[in-house]
Amino acid sequence: MGKTKQLDRRWLFLLIFLGVALPLIFSIGLPLETTKNVQMVYDLVDSMPKGSKALISFDYDPASMPELHPMAKAVVKHCFDKEIDLIFTAMWPMGVKMADDIIDQLIEDYPDLEYGENYVNLGFKAGGMITIQSMGKNFREVFPKDMNGNSIDELPIMDGINNFSNIGFIFSLSAGAPGIKEWVQIAHDAYNRPTSGGCTGVSAPAMLPYINEQHQLTGLLAGLKAAAEYEVLIQTPGTATSGMDAQSIAHLIIIIFIAVGNINYWRNKRKEKKGGK
Amino acid sequence: MKRKIPLLITFTVGIILIISEFIPHKPFGQLSGELEIWFLIISGFAILLGQLSLFKVNIIKIRYKQRDWQFYIVTLASFVVMVALGFLWGTGRSAGLLGHGEVITNTLGYKPFDYLFNNIYQHLQATMFSLLAFFIASAAYRAFIGRTVESNLLLASAVLVMLGNTTLGSLLTGWLPESLNFLHLPKVSEFIMTFPTTAGQRAIMIGAGLGIIGSSLRIILGIERSYLGGE
Repeated sequence: MGKTKQLDRRWLFLLIFLGVALPLIFSIGLPLETTKNVQMVYDLVDSMPKGSKALISFDYDPASMPELHPMAKAVVKHCFDKEIDLIFTAMWPMGVKMADDIIDQLIEDYPDLEYGENYVNLGFKAGGMITIQSMGKNFREVFPKDMNGNSIDELPIMDGINNFSNIGFIFSLSAGAPGIKEWVQIAHDAYNRPTSGGCTGVSAPAMLPYINEQHQLTGLLAGLKAAAEYEVLIQTPGTATSGMDAQSIAHLIIIIFIAVGNINYWRNKRKEKKGGK
Repeated sequence: MKRKIPLLITFTVGIILIISEFIPHKPFGQLSGELEIWFLIISGFAILLGQLSLFKVNIIKIRYKQRDWQFYIVTLASFVVMVALGFLWGTGRSAGLLGHGEVITNTLGYKPFDYLFNNIYQHLQATMFSLLAFFIASAAYRAFIGRTVESNLLLASAVLVMLGNTTLGSLLTGWLPESLNFLHLPKVSEFIMTFPTTAGQRAIMIGAGLGIIGSSLRIILGIERSYLGGE
């Protein structure tokens, strides 16, 4: 491609900018289909009885917010609707703030929910996989207090939580390590708890092998599209649904440019063959 | 002696943890539990060590006025400001040394730490990540050229997955009859991700797993000593 005349990449940047910005301003409303992995996550949450407990781990930071925040909001909302009590943790330091932000965004719609009774934020703990392993052995030793300094013995939601056995399912929102992989390898493989998660689109291929007949991972929300599908399933269109138009148009522009690049390449190659360069 | 003791500790701890996986009873189960708690404590200190290291490295660069030393002042100043605000007024619902800082919180709408986090840090990180879209687009245009059979396969699968993972895929082939449903772009994308991609990923994971076992054994047995520094 060295000899091929290249298009000034600033044109490409401009088109990508317009392709992302315009659909965000003027919604197109392209159709959306639910994929199997998203449906599996939805079914897992939906199958939980009222009053059961789930652990949601926020293993990401603001860099991955555009992709992971909408799915976090959708899953937490679904849990709140199903009256599932939620224990929030974070394996990433910034995850604590991510969890707080989701709670702040949703809590106004659920005035009956009480902190410490229906949900709790235990905060961040360093150590990654070892932390998860220790939680499985003695939850209270790893998280003796919540992030506000309250002893977990004083929080009704933590009654009977000594390890993973009283937790209905575990859901990790992951932008890397520690994240879904670590939760699967410990919470599911060692303690046999249903484990699910959401990740960025780019890291999805590394998670897919865990969706297998052993149900190491019960479904997966991969990227913005999965978040949008989940929003459709819970009938609450949000930022993921509106962002899908922008993502689709941006992908289309990239595909068009790939096609242009290839046409240029083959045209130049033919010219070179004919000696008419 | 300076090397033998760490090697002995590594060997003992490694062997205890391996045995505890197969015999999770006393004393091995208990010992591995204790060691895990030690690890968590050390991890906490590692964060502190990282912060001190950040401080030291930046101070040296500023002191000797290395290239772009002004940027390191910004890093240090941001670090000090965030740490100080967190210590003084806390974050979220947790109080700091001076309590919750009601006056300043009422003025800003958030606690000072949260204000900076929500209004500066979050947006800076999101901006950095968003820039990837432009570079990926440019790189795809330049690199996705079908020169060989392999690159053509890569190109075709990339385009199919890209289309299938967007709402456009549903739109483009949504009209296909039920009998041709397997050609529906989201289905094609799902097939590529579920079978060829997952097969490749499994191979990589198994290889990486074996590699981890190999290097762990080398460390436990004292063959690999680079973690001790020097030599």
